[in-house]
Amino acid sequence: MSALTVTGLSKSFGGLRVTRGVDLNVEPGERRLIIGPNGAGKTTLFNLITGELTPDSGTVSLFGQNITRVASRRRAHLGMARTYQIITLFGRDTIVHNVRLALLGLSPARWNPFTNLRRHGHFTDRGREALDRVGLGHIADRPLAQTSYGERRRVEIAMALAQNPKLLLLDEPFAGLSIDERRDVQKLLLAIPRDVTIVMIEHNMDVALEFAERITLLHFGEVIVEGNRAEVVADPRTREVYLGH
Amino acid sequence: MNFWLVLSVNSVTFGGMLFLLSAGFSLIFGLMRIPNLTHGSLFMLGAYFGATFIVGVLGVSMDFWAAALLATLAVALLGALIERLLLRRLPGDALAQVLVTLGLSFMAADFCLMVWGGDPINVETPAGLGGFTRLGPAAFPNYRLAIIVIAVIFAVGLWLLLDRTRLGAMIRAGVDDPDMARVVGIRVPRLFTIVFALGAGLAAFAGIIGGPILSVYPGLDQDMLPLALVVVILGGTGSLLGSFVGSIIVGFIYNFGQALLPELAYFVLFLPMLLVLVFRPQGLFGRHVP
Amino acid sequence: MNGRNIALGVAAIALVAVPYWMPGVYYVNVSSQILFYAIFALGLNILVGYGGLVSLGHAGLFGITAYAAAYVLQSGYNHTEAIFAALAVGAVSTAVFAALALRATGIGFIMITLALGQIIWGLAYRWISVTHGDNGINVKTRPAPFGLDLGSAVTFYYATLVVFAICVVAVMIFVRSPFGAALMGARDQPRRMNALGYHVWAIRFWACMFSGLLTSIAAILFVYYTQFISPQTLALTSSAEVLLMVISGGAGTLLGPIVGAALVVTVKSVVSGFLERWNFLLGAIFVTIVILMPEGLVPGSARLWRLACAKLRAPVKPAVTEAKP
Repeated sequence: MSALTVTGLSKSFGGLRVTRGVDLNVEPGERRLIIGPNGAGKTTLFNLITGELTPDSGTVSLFGQNITRVASRRRAHLGMARTYQIITLFGRDTIVHNVRLALLGLSPARWNPFTNLRRHGHFTDRGREALDRVGLGHIADRPLAQTSYGERRRVEIAMALAQNPKLLLLDEPFAGLSIDERRDVQKLLLAIPRDVTIVMIEHNMDVALEFAERITLLHFGEVIVEGNRAEVVADPRTREVYLGH
Repeated sequence: MNFWLVLSVNSVTFGGMLFLLSAGFSLIFGLMRIPNLTHGSLFMLGAYFGATFIVGVLGVSMDFWAAALLATLAVALLGALIERLLLRRLPGDALAQVLVTLGLSFMAADFCLMVWGGDPINVETPAGLGGFTRLGPAAFPNYRLAIIVIAVIFAVGLWLLLDRTRLGAMIRAGVDDPDMARVVGIRVPRLFTIVFALGAGLAAFAGIIGGPILSVYPGLDQDMLPLALVVVILGGTGSLLGSFVGSIIVGFIYNFGQALLPELAYFVLFLPMLLVLVFRPQGLFGRHVP
Repeated sequence: MNGRNIALGVAAIALVAVPYWMPGVYYVNVSSQILFYAIFALGLNILVGYGGLVSLGHAGLFGITAYAAAYVLQSGYNHTEAIFAALAVGAVSTAVFAALALRATGIGFIMITLALGQIIWGLAYRWISVTHGDNGINVKTRPAPFGLDLGSAVTFYYATLVVFAICVVAVMIFVRSPFGAALMGARDQPRRMNALGYHVWAIRFWACMFSGLLTSIAAILFVYYTQFISPQTLALTSSAEVLLMVISGGAGTLLGPIVGAALVVTVKSVVSGFLERWNFLLGAIFVTIVILMPEGLVPGSARLWRLACAKLRAPVKPAVTEAKP
C-alpha cells in the first residue's frame, strides 16, 4: 500500500489550468522531492493534497483511503501535516504555545470551554519535547516575536512533527535560511524516522538533492520527469524545463 | 393607475438622488476597500451647508445652484482633509479606518445639532423648477423630473471620467488591484485623497439636491447611510453601473415598500442586501468581494 | 501580591461598597448601568477581541431579547417565564445571526451584521402591531427573587453586581480554556488552524453563541432597569456605542470592555449633565483612541506605565568624554 496516491488530479482557475492530470505515487517512508520552475503548480498541488483546494477531477488517497471528499480540517486527524512557504505562525504567542496549538488540534479537548488550558499539562510537556527535538527546547517560553527566521522555520517543523504525522508535506522548508540554518534544518529532516513519509517542495537544489530519493519534476501543472536523482538530472527534459526550449 | 405612475416617477427620482449619494460610496469602497460610515453625515452636511448658503451667510445670500456648488466644494475639501489627516495615518488597516469613519459620524451628527438645532429646515425648490408638468393623466413636479435629468448627467459624466480620463484609468486600476497599481507607479495615497474628496462632494451635492424633497433634519445621516449601503451591496462595490442600477432598484423598493407594506418596509429593503451579501457578495456588477 | 492584584482587589471592594461612597441614588443607578453594559461589552468582545470578528449589529441581538422579555411580560406571564423566553429568543436569534454572518469574515462580516442589525431595528420600528413602534413597550415591575425588592436602586445594583461577577468569571474561564485558545488561534491564523485539524467555522459559531448569551443577560438586566424598550435601543448608534466600549477599553483583554463601558456610560450619563453634545465627545474620544492608542485604554495605559517606570529606573548617562587628540 502506498502512502500517498494521486491520480489524474486537475485544477483550473478561470481559464487557467494550473494542475493537469497529475499522477503521483509515494511509498511509505519515502523521501520525495517535487521540483519545478516558478508557476509550475507545486504549491497548488500541495493545497489539493491537503484539501485546502478542491480538485476539478482526480483522486487523492492516503494509505489506501480515498480522501478526495474529506474536509481539509479532518486530514490532520488522518495523519497529514504540512508546513507553508510563507511562515504562518501565531505571532502573539510563545513558541511553546504554537506547538501546544498543534497538539490541541488533534485532541477532543479543543472543544472544552471550561477548564484552564494550563491544567492540561501534557500538551505543554509534549510541546517541549517536540521543541527539544528541533533544538529549541531552551527557548520554549520565548515569545515568537523575538525569534529569528531560522528559528521560526524550526518551530514550524516542530509543530508538524508534534502531530505525529504519517505523511509530512514540506513547502520550501529551506527558503530564506542562512547556510548554517540550512544545515540545522537538514540535520533535523534527516533525523526523522522512516515511519514518516516526506514529500518536499524545494528550489534550493544542493540541499534538496541530497535529501531526496525520488524526484518529481513539474512544469505548467504537469509531471514532466520522475525518477531517482541520477535519472532526473540526466534527463534532457529537465534541462529544457529549467533552461527554456 | 395614476397612483402607480406617480409612485414610479418618485421612485426614479429617489433613485437618481441615491445614485449621486452612492456613486461616491461605491468608489470609496471599491478603491479603499472600506465602507465609509461617514457618508451619510457628508450628505447631511452638504444639505445643511447648502440650506445655510441659500438663506444667506454674512449678509450674502445665494441662489440655489451657487449654494449647491459651494456646499459641494466645502464638503469635498472636508473629505480631502479627513482622508489626508486621519485615514492616511492608518494605512492598510481597513478595520481602523471604518472605526474612524464611525467616530466621525457621531461627531458630525452632534455638530449639526449644535449649529443648526433640532428643527427641520425646509429648502425652497429652486426658481424655474417649481410647478408641474402634465404627462397624460398625471402631473409631475418639475423638480423631481429635473433630479432625474441631473442624475443622468452625472452618471454620464462619471462614466466619462472613469472611462476616458487618466484619473479614471488610475481609479479603475486601483479598484482592480491596488498593489499592482502601486507597482506601475500610480500614486495610490494621493488617489485615495482625490477619490474620497470626490465621493464626499457627490454626497454633499446629493444632500442639497435632495433638500427640496426631504428637507434637512437631524437624523438625515442615519436615514441615508443604510440606503447607500444597500445600493452598493446590491450593485457591487466599485461599479458605476452597479450603483446606477442599484439606486433605481432601491428607489423602487423603498417607495413601493413604504406605500404597500409600511410595517415591513425596512425589512423589504434590507432583505435583498442580506441575501446578496450571503449568496453573491460581489453584487450584481461588482469587481470584488467586500 | 503584585501591583495589579492589589489594584483589582481595591476595585472589587469599591464595587461592593458603591452605595456607600457614591454621592446619591442617581450614581448608584449609573453604576448599575455600567455593570450591565460591561456585560454587553464583554459579550461583544468575545467576537471582536478574541474572535477577530467585528459586529456592527449586536444592538439587534440585545434589542430582540429585551423586546421578547417585555412582550412576554406584557402578555401576562410572570418574570421567570419572561426571562426564559427572552434567553430562548436570544439564543435562536444568535444562531440565525451567526449562521448568516459567518459566511464572511472581515469587512464582509461587518456588513452582514450591520444589515442584520438594521433589519431587526426596522422590524422594531415598523411592526407596530407587535412592538408598538416608537411608543415602545413598558415593563411594569421588576422581579422579586427570594423576596428581594429589585425596585430599590441599591438592591438592583447588588443583583446586577452578582450577575456581573458571574459573567466576568465565566469569560475568564472561557478565555483561558482550550476552546478559548482555539478561538484566538482562529483569529490569528485561520488557515493554519484548519490545517491543524480545527473546525474554524464551528469554533466561531459557538463563540457567537456565548457572545449572544452574555448579550441576552445584559439585555434582560437592561430591560428591568429601564422598564422600557423602544427601537432606539436597536439603532446603529447603539451597536456603534457598544463597539466603542470594546475598542476604547481594549479589545481582546478582560478589563478593556469593562473600562470602556464605564467610560461611555459615564460620558453619556454624567457628562451629558454638563455637556449637551456628548455624542461629539464620544466620537472624538473614539477617533483619538483608534489613531493614537489603537490597542485601547487598558493595554495602552499599561504600556505607558511600563515606559514611565523604565525611564525612572534608567541609570544616569555618563558624561561624554572627548578623545584626547
